[in-house]
Amino acid sequence: MCLNFVSLFPSNSDIFMPSITIMAKLNLKINGEVKEVDVDPSTPVLWVLRDHLNLVGTKYGCGIAQCGACTVHLDGTATRSCMLTVSMVGNSEITTIEGLSENGDHPVQKAWLDVDVPQCGYCQAGQIMTAAALLDKNPNPSDEEIEMAMNGNICRCGTYLRIKKAVKIASENS
Amino acid sequence: MTSIKTKIGRRAFIKNTSLASGGLVLGFSWLNSCKPKVGLDMAAKELSKEWFELNGYLKIGENGLVTILSPNPEAGQNVKTSMPMIIADELDVDWKDVMVEQAPLDTGAFTRQFIGGSQALRQGWTGLRMAGASARQMLKEAAAQVWKVPADEIKTSGGMLSHEGSGKSATYGEMASMAATMQVPEEVQLKEKNEFTIIGTSQKNVDGMNIVTGKPLFGIDTHQEGMLIAMIVHPPAFGLQLKSIDDSEVRSMPGIRDVFKVKVFNDDYVKTFFDTRTYNEVAVIVGDSTWQVMQAKKALKIECEPIQSSTETRDRFGTTWEQHTPKGLENTEDHYAQMRSRTEKGGEVRRKDGNPEQAFAKAAKVIERTYTAPFLAHNCMEPMNFFANVKDGKAELIGPLQKPEFTEQTLSARTGIPLENIDIKMTRLGGGYGRRSYAHWLVEAALISQRMEAPIKLIYTREDDMTDGIYRPTYHAKLRAALDADNNLIAYHVNVGGVPECPLYENRFPAGAVDHYLAEGWTIDSNITVGSFRAPSSNFMACAEQSFLDEVAEVAGKDPIDFRLELLDRAINKPMEGVTNDYDPARYAGVLKLVKEKSEWGNQDAKTSRGVAAYFCHNSYAAQVLDIVMEDGKPKVQKVTCAVDCGIVVNPDAATNLAEGGIVDGIGNALFGELTFKEGMPTKKNFDTYQMIRMQEAPKEIEVHFVKNNIDPTGLGEPTFPPIFPALANAIYQATGKRLYEQPFLKNWAI
Repeated sequence: MCLNFVSLFPSNSDIFMPSITIMAKLNLKINGEVKEVDVDPSTPVLWVLRDHLNLVGTKYGCGIAQCGACTVHLDGTATRSCMLTVSMVGNSEITTIEGLSENGDHPVQKAWLDVDVPQCGYCQAGQIMTAAALLDKNPNPSDEEIEMAMNGNICRCGTYLRIKKAVKIASENS
Repeated sequence: MTSIKTKIGRRAFIKNTSLASGGLVLGFSWLNSCKPKVGLDMAAKELSKEWFELNGYLKIGENGLVTILSPNPEAGQNVKTSMPMIIADELDVDWKDVMVEQAPLDTGAFTRQFIGGSQALRQGWTGLRMAGASARQMLKEAAAQVWKVPADEIKTSGGMLSHEGSGKSATYGEMASMAATMQVPEEVQLKEKNEFTIIGTSQKNVDGMNIVTGKPLFGIDTHQEGMLIAMIVHPPAFGLQLKSIDDSEVRSMPGIRDVFKVKVFNDDYVKTFFDTRTYNEVAVIVGDSTWQVMQAKKALKIECEPIQSSTETRDRFGTTWEQHTPKGLENTEDHYAQMRSRTEKGGEVRRKDGNPEQAFAKAAKVIERTYTAPFLAHNCMEPMNFFANVKDGKAELIGPLQKPEFTEQTLSARTGIPLENIDIKMTRLGGGYGRRSYAHWLVEAALISQRMEAPIKLIYTREDDMTDGIYRPTYHAKLRAALDADNNLIAYHVNVGGVPECPLYENRFPAGAVDHYLAEGWTIDSNITVGSFRAPSSNFMACAEQSFLDEVAEVAGKDPIDFRLELLDRAINKPMEGVTNDYDPARYAGVLKLVKEKSEWGNQDAKTSRGVAAYFCHNSYAAQVLDIVMEDGKPKVQKVTCAVDCGIVVNPDAATNLAEGGIVDGIGNALFGELTFKEGMPTKKNFDTYQMIRMQEAPKEIEVHFVKNNIDPTGLGEPTFPPIFPALANAIYQATGKRLYEQPFLKNWAI
């Protein structure tokens, strides 16, 4: 493995450390397929998905794991891909919004359509991934548990009530 | 039926009909741009092989499918669904047979292709109806020719034409080819409002499936072969300008192609209203991938120098004004001190009714309060970005923006590329709220592409997005009210201003409802740039005015809703001579009465505290009752009951969603929204310090009730936003006995 000082620090740290970057070939398990990427190992998964694999459903919002727009599943756990460096993934399975279901028919996606949740829609892939991971672990969450799980995902359009309603419907239907 | 001349938007009909009359307009690349609607039984239907364009807004396939182009950008207000619904209703087709695509920017074909001021539906309404109605008329004319019967005997319904006398009938698809050759009618009949079959029904977001499956809908998702990534580095503080860049370390970093300075506007260019740019010169880094450019961005060293004070001429649609930009590094505490002292000097009198000085002098009670609010950052979830490919004297641009018509002109002026060689494709906006009206990043993207001779995508980091300016201004208002011995409001005085804009609407309530009225405004120059932010000015004035009136009602010993209704009654029954008010007092009173009824005002349980507020803006009326309970000494919003009068509601469930959003967004900004400055530098640059409302702080329940009437639609994106600030403040007062005069409200909290 290469020496990489950057990855020792939070990716958006104000302290700049010049990196000695060596590109590395990595095999990533994404949406059930193995993808080979040739990138600087300090690259966050978010940018590997968006720039190198053209999986742009995962969104950039803040880059510091504060808004949840970049949420993916890492072995089924909701994870902020903007601060997850590609070198940390190892053999774990990554699922993105594109891989959540074949035809948009995951119970969470169906509930989202049923309630017609989105306004601008930019944050919704992240919201859906967080919700799907929640229901996977806790199929019947209480209101408080939903609020707790979803609190890391910002929606400036203010669709929170519909998100909560859709999570409940998905919970009933899954 | 209402007969109407096809004057509005006629250019569209004529231009495109002449195109169509040359033959069939075939279904070109629509598979790429046009996505079937959610829940549409499209799979069951063969997609059309041929399309017949009846006008710029719609084409009909030989099998009866209809493609409707939505002219305005979509930012989450759902116009991409509701605007085509209006066309489809007048065309008289089944909504399930309609497919929607985003129209290209075409100022020849469409009118007012921009969003802002909650005006898309209000100003689009008649033109969209005519687009549908004139196409329906052309279909009838076609059938009349084929069947040799009078056109006015032909009826339409659900995409079918029929003639009772002859028993003949045909689908729109069967007549589309012929209809495309018909003359555009000089005059068309619009439906009576009680004949609407689609308008007024809840229809799902046409992009719903694409959103929940993560399809590339947004500008930031744009990708083209050979595309490079560009980012900017701007000076760290307002009052500074870029002097030089030291790229020695950066040039050799992996994946970095070039580093240079870009000058956004030329020195002699007269900037228009939407050409605001904080830092006219910025450093640019171009590279192969986003992460590589982000790394280089951290390493780039720039040298800055103080700006000099300047005055430049700006042009607002033909009216020019002088904009003064002072030098210096500004601080938030200085802004507040300056605003306090500026208030005492008084402002420019913008309206004076009666004799306010005398009324205040002889009043039994005078109440005086001051209110302040900070700068706010827009914080669209999709950071600013744009794709550009400029080559061979042509510019292709793809991305999210609110005012493409204007930005296109700006780009043409900057690059010399004629308008006809500029192609702007509008993507879905990951939030706008006013910020995307100021599309300097489109110009930057084009200049970067031109220099690189390659397609590029410019992306602002979240930090760039938050610290690059164009904020909601900071404001300060002093309000005074005079009551007579019987507790009637006899005089009202508003003295308000801001850095650097004044939020005064002198003709709004309570103007016209009180005999003696004085409105004055002022501004303080600043080098911090500002611009439209969801319900500009109203987003502050509502809070000051409606918090104040709540307090005045209390001093007068009156119920806050009754007190407002009393004032509105006066405006309705004894209108003042010789003055013009912006609002209709009867509609204003209407939403207050509706919210009073629906919230069961006065019947709340013992642990719930309630606040009420109402406001008129963007041609619509909203009143809200907000319920809170105190938990651990902090307010928890339980429920909001909202009454809205925005005329005809085109898509009720989507309208409810938008109203809910305005309420949630408003509560968030009221509680937490604040951007402060130290030595010109924004003190917050990302969501770790800039607090946004999250699910836990959102109300548990929101009820939205629309006033039912047949008035043409007015705004909805903004009107529910301003009154929620004071409704919350007034509820918190009921719970705590503490009046809130400063935003964000959280600041008033002992933590």
